[in-house]
Amino acid sequence: MSALELISVSKVYGSGAGEVHALRAVELTVEPGELVAVMGPSGSGKSTLLTIAGSLEEPTSGEVTVGGLALSQLSRNQRAALRRRGIGYVFQDFNLLAGLTAAENVSLPLELDGISVRVARVAALEVLDRLGLLECADRFPDELSGGERQRVAIGRAVVGERRLLLADEPSGALDSVNGESVMRLVRATCEDGVAGVVVTHDAQLASWADRVVFLRDGRIVDQTAVPDGPESLLPAPAR
Amino acid sequence: MSVPHALLALLTEGPKYGLQLRRQFEERTGEVWPLNVGQVYTTLQRLERDGLVESDGADGLGPQKSFRITRAGAVELDNWLRTPPNLSSPPRDELVIKVLVATRVPGVDVHDVIQAHRRHVVELMQEWTRIKRDAGTEDVSLALVLDAELFRLDSVIRWLDAADSRLRRSPVESAGPARGPVVEQIRQRSEVALPLKLQEGVRR
Repeated sequence: MSALELISVSKVYGSGAGEVHALRAVELTVEPGELVAVMGPSGSGKSTLLTIAGSLEEPTSGEVTVGGLALSQLSRNQRAALRRRGIGYVFQDFNLLAGLTAAENVSLPLELDGISVRVARVAALEVLDRLGLLECADRFPDELSGGERQRVAIGRAVVGERRLLLADEPSGALDSVNGESVMRLVRATCEDGVAGVVVTHDAQLASWADRVVFLRDGRIVDQTAVPDGPESLLPAPAR
Repeated sequence: MSVPHALLALLTEGPKYGLQLRRQFEERTGEVWPLNVGQVYTTLQRLERDGLVESDGADGLGPQKSFRITRAGAVELDNWLRTPPNLSSPPRDELVIKVLVATRVPGVDVHDVIQAHRRHVVELMQEWTRIKRDAGTEDVSLALVLDAELFRLDSVIRWLDAADSRLRRSPVESAGPARGPVVEQIRQRSEVALPLKLQEGVRR
């Protein structure tokens, strides 16, 4: 069963002369363990695609399924529960809550879902440990570096039983080396069976994905082929 | 890549044999620049002739001959490290020429041409990133080499994106021949023969 499926998804904002077609009949399937990057210039519909995939917004037409569940068939409450339990989001500006420590930020989605503070904290500490951030657990976001803040945001996105990770320009304003550690984490998460979708205009970020999909004016216009393997590169640098 | 200077750099660590130099050269450059042993010995011979290295005096060029850097060699290496490479002349950029030509060929959508190249470059970047991913973060030399290649390819993508966006804002009139002076200027500066035959072929 696919982790995420967008079936002929279109999104129109406004009406009449002011109508904007943000997405046009988008078809996208992401399997568990797969990392897909969606590349496109600003205004191409990348962020809309991500918010619709994450059930933060509804499509004008078409269907979205997450883990085989058709979102249109779910009630508001069921969709909210799916967002809390099944989907993790990483935003460009991290969106950590300033008044909570790193561990509290990570455990928040679990607590919102009714899990006890103690159990949620244990789960948060496990995630922080995996991300090499255990020593930062009780620090507040403004006591962390940009790279650490983004790793905490990833921790919050993957804590619990989430099977889908959605990231919008996840390396934000980080330098390339910190951006690389963020993508290493995203990849490691996917290798554990989570499906990932990263939207970005940055080719270096996108190149961490198994598959890169190109979006233009709300349409998927192209995608990368399955690679031949790294051996194919070896003659190139010797030229 | 300057093999002579790379060998001088390795010899700053102490005297070494030819085969040892070859192995270390490949290790330190993330094994992406294969070097054959003949190349190593010819380079060492030239360096010795120029007084930049000296050998332990054994006859011939057998594997038992060990080399060390001279004072002149150390000065040469230091000068080389600080001398900027020639970045000023435009590279022979076939891609730029292809996109320029595509704006003028009737029936060809330049944005499709740009996308075909964009996809190809991203696929190459995926390959390099996969090597980076598999290598982990321990091998810093390899990471530096991979970064250089990824940044180079990234700049190609940025140029393609900029070209795409510029051409959407102000499309080039496809009718009529390419403007001679501009293309001629680029041709002269990049020393690339413009594929004008391609244009003729498509028009026919």
